[in-house]
Amino acid sequence: MTSYRIKGAGRLTPARTARFTFDGKIYTALEGDTVASALLANGVHLMGRSFKYHRPRGILSAGAEEPNALLDVARDAARRQPNVRASVQEVFDGAIIQSQNRWPTLGFDISSINNLLSPFFAAGFYYKTFMWPREAWAKLYEPIIRRAAGLGVAPKEEDPDHYANRFAHCDVLVAGAGAAGLTAALSAAETGASVILVDERAEVGGALLFDTSVTINGQSGYDWAQGVLVKLAAMPNVRVLTRTTVFGYYNHNFIGLVERVTDHMPRPDKLLPRERLWQVRAKKVVLATGAIERHMVFANNDRPGILLASAARMYLNHYGVAVGSRIGVYTAHDSAYEAAIDLKKAGVEIAAIVDCRAKPGDAVVSAARNLGIEVLTGYSVIDTAGRLRISSMTVARNSSTNHRKIAVDALLMSGGWTPSVHLFSQSRGKLKFDAENQRFLPNIYAENSISVGACNGTDDLNALLTEASAAGGGSVSVSGDSAFTWTGGMIGAAEGAGKDTTVKAFVDFQHDVTAKDIRLAVREGMHSIEHIKRFTTNGMASDQGKLSNMHGLAIAAEVLGKEIPQVGLTTFRAPYTPVTYGTLIAHSRGDLFDPARKTPLHAELTKAGAEFEDVGNWKRAWYFPRRGEDMHAAVNRECRTAREVAGIFDASTLGKIEVVGPDAAKFLNLMYTNAWDNLKPGKCRYGIMTREDGFVYDDGVVGRLAEDRFHVTTTTGGAPRVLHHMEDYLHTEFPDLKVWLTSTTEQWAVIAVQGPKAREIIEPLVEGLDLSSEAFPHMSVAECTVMGVPARLFRVSFTGEVGYEVNVPADYGASVWKAIWERGEALGACLYGTETMHVLRAEKGYIIVGQDTDGTVTPDDAGYGWAVSKKKTDFVGIRGLKRPDLMRSGRKQLVGLLTADPLEVLEEGGQIVADPNEPKPMTMLGHVTSAYWSENLGRSIAIALVADGRARMGQTVYIPMKDKTIAATVSDMVFFDKEGGRIHG
Amino acid sequence: MADLAIRTLPLAGAHGGSASVRLEPAQPARRISLRAGAEAVAALSTALGVNLPTEPRTSASNDSRTALWLGPDEWLVIDEGAVDLNDSGTGVANGLINAAAGTGVAHSATDVSHRNTAILVSGPAAADVLNGGCPLDLSLKAFRVGACARTLFGKIEVVLLRTGEQNFRLECWRSFSEYAFGLLRQSAEDL
Repeated sequence: MTSYRIKGAGRLTPARTARFTFDGKIYTALEGDTVASALLANGVHLMGRSFKYHRPRGILSAGAEEPNALLDVARDAARRQPNVRASVQEVFDGAIIQSQNRWPTLGFDISSINNLLSPFFAAGFYYKTFMWPREAWAKLYEPIIRRAAGLGVAPKEEDPDHYANRFAHCDVLVAGAGAAGLTAALSAAETGASVILVDERAEVGGALLFDTSVTINGQSGYDWAQGVLVKLAAMPNVRVLTRTTVFGYYNHNFIGLVERVTDHMPRPDKLLPRERLWQVRAKKVVLATGAIERHMVFANNDRPGILLASAARMYLNHYGVAVGSRIGVYTAHDSAYEAAIDLKKAGVEIAAIVDCRAKPGDAVVSAARNLGIEVLTGYSVIDTAGRLRISSMTVARNSSTNHRKIAVDALLMSGGWTPSVHLFSQSRGKLKFDAENQRFLPNIYAENSISVGACNGTDDLNALLTEASAAGGGSVSVSGDSAFTWTGGMIGAAEGAGKDTTVKAFVDFQHDVTAKDIRLAVREGMHSIEHIKRFTTNGMASDQGKLSNMHGLAIAAEVLGKEIPQVGLTTFRAPYTPVTYGTLIAHSRGDLFDPARKTPLHAELTKAGAEFEDVGNWKRAWYFPRRGEDMHAAVNRECRTAREVAGIFDASTLGKIEVVGPDAAKFLNLMYTNAWDNLKPGKCRYGIMTREDGFVYDDGVVGRLAEDRFHVTTTTGGAPRVLHHMEDYLHTEFPDLKVWLTSTTEQWAVIAVQGPKAREIIEPLVEGLDLSSEAFPHMSVAECTVMGVPARLFRVSFTGEVGYEVNVPADYGASVWKAIWERGEALGACLYGTETMHVLRAEKGYIIVGQDTDGTVTPDDAGYGWAVSKKKTDFVGIRGLKRPDLMRSGRKQLVGLLTADPLEVLEEGGQIVADPNEPKPMTMLGHVTSAYWSENLGRSIAIALVADGRARMGQTVYIPMKDKTIAATVSDMVFFDKEGGRIHG
Repeated sequence: MADLAIRTLPLAGAHGGSASVRLEPAQPARRISLRAGAEAVAALSTALGVNLPTEPRTSASNDSRTALWLGPDEWLVIDEGAVDLNDSGTGVANGLINAAAGTGVAHSATDVSHRNTAILVSGPAAADVLNGGCPLDLSLKAFRVGACARTLFGKIEVVLLRTGEQNFRLECWRSFSEYAFGLLRQSAEDL
C-alpha cells in the first residue's frame, strides 16, 4: 500500500508506531495520529456512508466540526463507542475501528439505493409520507425509521469504565489555546489570577498547528505556543487542560468541560477515569475559540477526497500526511492558497486552484503561480466524478458553458471562515452580522466574558495578540508575522450548486441536506429559519451545523429575497460537541447512584436474615423469613407471635425532631391540630398536622420531656419535609417565638418491643424507671438508663399491644438490640419487619399518612376528628378546615371493608362502586387504601376511602376487578381488640 | 444489672485514599446543635469555653472544643476530648448541654453526638478530592484554615471544616457516611 506520509513533514516521531484495525484490516499509525490522519496516511479516504442516501463519505475536516467520518471505536465489546469523529479520536495501539451505516460493506452498501430513490426523500419526506394511516405510526413507520436512522449502534454491555467529576473555581477561564487563548492566559496568569486554560486538542496551538507561515516573537508559531505552555504549566496559579472541550456555557459563568482522560491511551490504568466532567465557576471567561473553515456548496461536493483546505494543511504540517497525490483546490478565500503552496512545496502535485472570485489577493496568487501552480480566477467547480473517491473535477469559467474536466484524487475547498461563536451564543450573548465579511460576530455580552481573536472577527495577527493580551487583564509583550493577509470568503451556494432540482450540492453533510432542499423548504412556505431548519433538519445533526448553518441561512435568504440578518440565526445550544452520558452521570452509578441509608441495626438485621425494602433512601427490614418460609408465611408467623408473645422491630428510621425553647408548646399548638400546653412532662400524645388547606400532612407521637423540650416523631418518609414545613412557618409566620428545631432522627436507634411480654423482655435492661403500668402507663415517656447508656423510653404502641420504644444513642443500638433479642428469643418473641408492622396497625385501624391519606383527606375524613382541638383559636389549617367543601356531608371517609369471601384479599387502589351493574362510566365511591391478610383474625381486612363511608356501615359495596367483581361490607376501621384493652396490659 | 452496651461506630473498618490523600473515620466526639439568638452569644460562649463565631463560614476553637457557625442562630459545637461511656449520651450526662443550661438564657442545645459522624481528609490533594463532590471554592484564599460551611457533597448535605492547609473534617449524618466515604474513596482514586 502506498504511504502518503511525507518524509520530513509533520511533527510526529516516525519510530513510534501503533497498530489498529479498520473494518478488520490492520493498519499502522504513528503515535499522535488521529484516526483520520492515520487512515489518510494509508491512502484511505472512504470512512463512512451518509445518513439518508448512504453516499460514500470521507474525512472532511481535521477538527471537532467533522460531519462525515463518524466511526465506531472500541477497545473491546463493552468499551466501544459509536459516532466517534475520526478527526478528533487519537489512534491507540490495538484500537478496533469500524465504519457505520453500511451493509454489507463500506465499499458496497445495499442501502445506497436510497441515493437513486432520492427524489422521494426530499425535505419534509417524513412529515408528508408517514402521516396516514394514523395507527401505522407506532407499529410500522416508527420502528422502521428508527432502525434505519442513526448512524452508530450503542453497545449493549454495561460500560466498564468509570467517570469522574470535579468542581473548580478560577478568576479567568480561557476557552481555546491558540495564539489568542495562550496570550490571554499568560497575560492573566502574570497578574496572579487563577487561570484555567482549556483546549480540545491533544496539543496547544490551535491554528498554529497547521499555519506554519506564522511567526511570533521571532519563533515559529508552533514553537512559541509550546514555549508558552511550558511557562504556564510551571505557574502554580494555572491549570492547563488539553483534550478537554468546553461544551456548555451556563448562567453566571458556570462552565461545563469534559476532559478525555484515557481515550488516547493504549492500555490505560484501570483506576483512571475515562472522562472527567469539570464544573467550573469562572469570574471571567475569555473565549478564544477561533474559526471554522466553510466548505463550498456545489454539485457532488461530498465525494471522499474532498475536504477543507485547512484540514489538508493540518494533515500535512502537523501529521506529515498528504491527502492526495494530485490535488485540486476550489476556493472563495485566500487561505486555501496557503494549503496549495504548502503541499506543492512538500512535493505534491497541485492540479489547479479554482477561485470563484475574479480578484483574489495578489500576494497569494503570485506566490502560487511562482511555484508553477495553475490558478483559475473567476472559475468554479461545477461537478465532480468518482464512485468511492473523487477522480475528477469539472471546472468552468463563471457564466460560461464550456467545461473542462481535470483529473484529481483530492479536492480542497474553502469558502472562508466562520467565527466560532457557539459558546458566546450559549451564554445568551447577542450577535451582529458583519456584512462585509459575511459572518456573525459577538456584539452584546450577557456574562462577564470577552471574545478574542478569530472568534471575534479579529483577523490580523498583531491585532489579535494585542486584543488577547488586554483581555487577560495584564500585558504580554508579543508580536508576530503572518505570510499573507487573508481576504475574501462567501456563504451560500456557489456557482455549480445548480438552481434545478436534481443536483446534490450538500449544505449539511451529516443530515444529507442539499441546497435544493433549502430552496424547496422556502417554496413550501417555510419562511422562518427555525421552520426551515426543522423541515430540512439542516444543522440538527450531532455536529449542530458547524459547517451548514451559515450556508443554509444564506441560501434561504437568497430565495426569500431578504438580507441575512432579517432571516435570523438559530440559537446554538449546549453541548458544543456530543458528551457521553457517562461523563454527565460521573460518579452517580452503582453504590454511589444514591445514598443507601442504613440504620445502626442494619448489620444485626442482616445477620437475622431480614429481607429489606426501600423506603425513600432507607433500607428497612421488610420481614424475617425462616428456613422454608415465603413472605406470606413469615408475615403470618410474625403477626401471630407479636400478639401472642412479643415482636421486636427496628423503628430507627422514624423521623425525630427535638423542639426546644420557652415557646415550644406554643409552637406545637400552632403546628398541630391538637392542644399541647396541657400535656405534662413525661407524657406523650398522638398529633395530627394539617397544611394550610386543612388536609392531613403528617402524624406522629410527641413526647414532652420538660416544660421547654419536646421529642416529636414523624413518619419515616415525612421527616425532612415536616422539619422544613415547621422551619418555614417558624421563619415566616411565627418569627417571634423562642423555639428551635433540631433533627434527631439519626441520633437515636429505636427498638420497638410490642406484645404481651414486651415489659418482661426489656425490664431487666432498664435502670432508674418503674415500668409497671401504674407508674409508667401507655403514652408515657421517660429518660432513663438502658444497659448503662442514657436512653429515652416511650410507652407507645403502633400494634395495639403493650409497647415500648427504646431510644438509645445510635452507636449503642446494635448492642442493645442484641441484648433485647437475646431475651426476646428466649421468651418466644420474634423479630418483625415493615410488612408485619403494616398488618398489625391495620388490624387496629391505625392509619399511615401517605398510604391511607393522599393530600385530600381531612382529620375528620380519616376518622380522627377528635384530634382537632375545638378550643384553639389558631393553628395551621384552621381556616382551611372551615372551607365549605371540607365541611360538607358526603365527603370520602376512611372506613373498614370486610370482603364477603373472607379469603379474598382486596387490591390496594381498587375502585369502589355501589352498583356493580351500572353501565360505564360507573360512579366511583372511592378506593381501597390498605388491604392485608390478617392471620390473627383469620380473614382479610381492608381500609378504604368511601364517599359518606361512615353512613354506609353494614352496607355492601363492590370492587370491580378485571376478571371478577368483589363484594365487601363497610365496617368499622378497628378490626382487632375493638375495646382496646390489650394496649394497657 | 444488665451488661453494659458497647459502641459500634458507623464507619468501623473503613479505609481509603491514595498517595496524595488520606481518608479516615474520625474518633467519636461529643456534639451539640446549639441554637440561640444574638443576645445569648456572650453568655453561651462563656459557659461553653469557646467564643461562638458570628461571621459566616467561620469557626472558633479552644482546646478540644470547636464551634462552627452554621447560620445566624445556629452552631455545631464539637468536643473531641476523650469520650467516656457516660459522657457520650444525652440529657444530664452531656456536659455541653449542662453548661449551656446553666446560663439561663433562651437557647436550644441538643445532643447530636451520634447523629453525626466525621471523616478526616488530609494530604496535598485533600481539596481536589473534596471537589470531586463539593461545589465550594476550597482554595486557601476562599476557604482558609478554620473556615466551615454546611454544603453539598455529591447528593448529601455535609458540614465541612478546614482544620489545616491540607486537612479537612467532613461531618455528615451517620446513615450518609457510607456514601460520603465511598464518594471520597472514588474521588481519591480518580485524581
